[in-house]
Amino acid sequence: MASAVRAIAPIDPLGMLKEAAVTAVVSAALLIPFVGFRIVNRGGDQFLDTRFEETAIAVALIFLGRLALILIRGGRFLVPAVGGVAVAAVGVFAPIPTDFLRAVATVGGLVVLARAAFVAFMRSRTDTGARAAGAGVGDMFRRALPWIAAAVIAIAFVLPLTPFAERRFLDVAILVLTYIMLGWGLNIVVGLAGLLDLGYVAFYAVGAYSYALLAAYFDFSFWICLPLAGMFAAFFGIVLGFPVLRLRGDYLAIVTLGFGEMIRVILLNWVSFTKGPDGISGIPRPSFFGLEFKRYPPEGGETFHTFFGLDYSSLHRVIFLYYLILVLALITNFFTRRIRTLPVGRAWEALREDEIACRSLGINPRNTKLSAFAIGAMFGGFAGAFFATRQGFISPESFTFLESAIILAVVVLGGMGSQTGVVLAAVVLIGLPEYIRDLQEYRMLAFGAGMVLIMAWRPRGLLSHRDPTIRLHPAGRGGG
Amino acid sequence: MEYFLQQLINGLTLGAIYGLIAIGYTMVYGIIGMINFAHGEIYMIGAFGALISILLLAVPGGGGSVVLALIVVLVVSMILTALYGWTLERIAYRPLRASPRLAALISAIGMSIALQNYIQLTQGARNKTLQPLIRGGVELMERDDGFTVVLNYMQMGIIATTIVLMTGFSLLISRTTLGRAQRACEQDRTMAALIGINVDRTISLAFVMGAALAAVAGFLVVLYYGVIDFFIGFLAGIKAFTAAVLGGIGSIPGAMLGGLLIGLIEAFWSGYFSIEYKDVAAFAILVLVLIFRPTGLLGQPEVEKV
Repeated sequence: MASAVRAIAPIDPLGMLKEAAVTAVVSAALLIPFVGFRIVNRGGDQFLDTRFEETAIAVALIFLGRLALILIRGGRFLVPAVGGVAVAAVGVFAPIPTDFLRAVATVGGLVVLARAAFVAFMRSRTDTGARAAGAGVGDMFRRALPWIAAAVIAIAFVLPLTPFAERRFLDVAILVLTYIMLGWGLNIVVGLAGLLDLGYVAFYAVGAYSYALLAAYFDFSFWICLPLAGMFAAFFGIVLGFPVLRLRGDYLAIVTLGFGEMIRVILLNWVSFTKGPDGISGIPRPSFFGLEFKRYPPEGGETFHTFFGLDYSSLHRVIFLYYLILVLALITNFFTRRIRTLPVGRAWEALREDEIACRSLGINPRNTKLSAFAIGAMFGGFAGAFFATRQGFISPESFTFLESAIILAVVVLGGMGSQTGVVLAAVVLIGLPEYIRDLQEYRMLAFGAGMVLIMAWRPRGLLSHRDPTIRLHPAGRGGG
Repeated sequence: MEYFLQQLINGLTLGAIYGLIAIGYTMVYGIIGMINFAHGEIYMIGAFGALISILLLAVPGGGGSVVLALIVVLVVSMILTALYGWTLERIAYRPLRASPRLAALISAIGMSIALQNYIQLTQGARNKTLQPLIRGGVELMERDDGFTVVLNYMQMGIIATTIVLMTGFSLLISRTTLGRAQRACEQDRTMAALIGINVDRTISLAFVMGAALAAVAGFLVVLYYGVIDFFIGFLAGIKAFTAAVLGGIGSIPGAMLGGLLIGLIEAFWSGYFSIEYKDVAAFAILVLVLIFRPTGLLGQPEVEKV
């Protein structure tokens, strides 16, 4: 097997061209109606504009991309990689008339490059001393992981104090950390308990709205509302979880999706309570042990910068928010790691692997699943309260299905159940696109395509890790 | 009474459209046991394909036979959408057939996000409108206060098209070799492969046929409502999926029945209760059906074996 994989297949130019040509013909048929024609509205009537040059160039690029992928499959990496870089560079730097072509060239080039690098890496692992070395690398990585994690956390703590920490960078970091926290929260439900939840955003929304409404109606501060938001979200988790526990797999996914949408529609239409589509604005910002982040201190009081004798800077609040979400996320992570070794955590993992076996061992599936739902929801609620206080404004628009899909993508693409994978996936999926400014509009298109490609090439996620936390027999030695 | 009758007509029309989309869900689920998450987007592609072909053939302006032109449009958009369905299976499902189910679900969600944004970017985010091509109708009844019950020609067309397609499709599944292959693969894919059925092709065909029927639904929606945008696939997809589940997923008559019921429920709900919460009604039904009768109305119970 290994030698067959390693061998470089001889080039079969005719076959390659034929395969690529078929792809090109199909993609031409797919693209011409929607890229070649564009419906435009002129004076109340609809007309069609044509853009055939773009379509033709896009099809040509797809043809080349397909050729490159065939070469990579045959074990030739250099030419496709260089070609990919060249095309991507042209896409980024050359004056290309339209954004569409720019996106096709950049994304296509990068995809080819990533594929070449990935396949080459996998092959090199099988080449150097067969599988043992590969496993050795994996083992080394696993042993080094705590140190890497500690280093990353230390860097994360020091980062805002370094000159790197300009406003934009911190904003992106806060966003990424929010998704890391949400991903870790959802990981309890999806990764550990194996319950596919497509409506996680509902708990995020419950947390955000509980803080916003409690602050608006009762004038509660953030620090009182944070635990309350978590409790409300956990309560919703139990209420919504209870009826759906009997469902499995895809059905559970669809029903949770339905619940998520129901919460959004209710938030949208219950205008007297939630202000509906206008959203809630003026949500109070968090304070540092009662010290607010304002330029001018209130009558007879002090603010953060006067208390510490600093010059006022609007960055103080951003840095504080950064630390807040960092700590919240780390608490989520710590909690998850600990609970995995408790009986309830073990029961989650067991339930994920085989529900019937669990029943016969006397595990109560209902309570076990409900606890996973509630705890996952609670962390979603915390993150929601943080989101509300960070934004200062929330509306139902922030809690669409897309948000659930993004959080789930962070969990699944990282590798289900892997805490490290969530971090990696959040940085790749949330952080990177924020910096591709030119192609803002194409972000979601690339995001969706990225989900498809990562799944196609790495169905178990970037860092696949689904080992139970505990084994009777250490891997590789124990029986079947 | 008159109001009831009008809502009944509206509900049947809407239900016919949901039923056509629901068949795609039920066929794919029957054959590979997975929810085709991007099917709503396929329907949206069908609607855009139909609108673009209508504008391309200049149907509104050109004289000649509108009906003939519309048939051409229908065929073109069915072929185009079927091609999208085929590609969807090739890219998002076939490479993942041996992988964990979650992987296929995620790649289908990714495909759905990508298709939505693809249409948004290439066609713009604004509503696309079309002047009604088929006007007029039959007045069935008149109430004392002047409220008339109208059955539009368009509504008749939708119901007639749906009946013809459904009959043809049922015959296709029950009488032809192709249909037998479909049913064989639904029962046991390995066994079907052993007796010489090309399983890959059969699965592809399930996606293709489902997409073609979704294209018909999209075509009818463009003509009936005259307003589409890139986001219509999401809600329609969920409702059609609800219809498929209500009827019993995997069962083709069930999908049609479920579609009709969902259409009727939605029409009566918005007619008699509140229009804001009509989407909540559809979700609530989905949840209730799954909790109390997971096999749906016409579905077979699924026995889980150890």
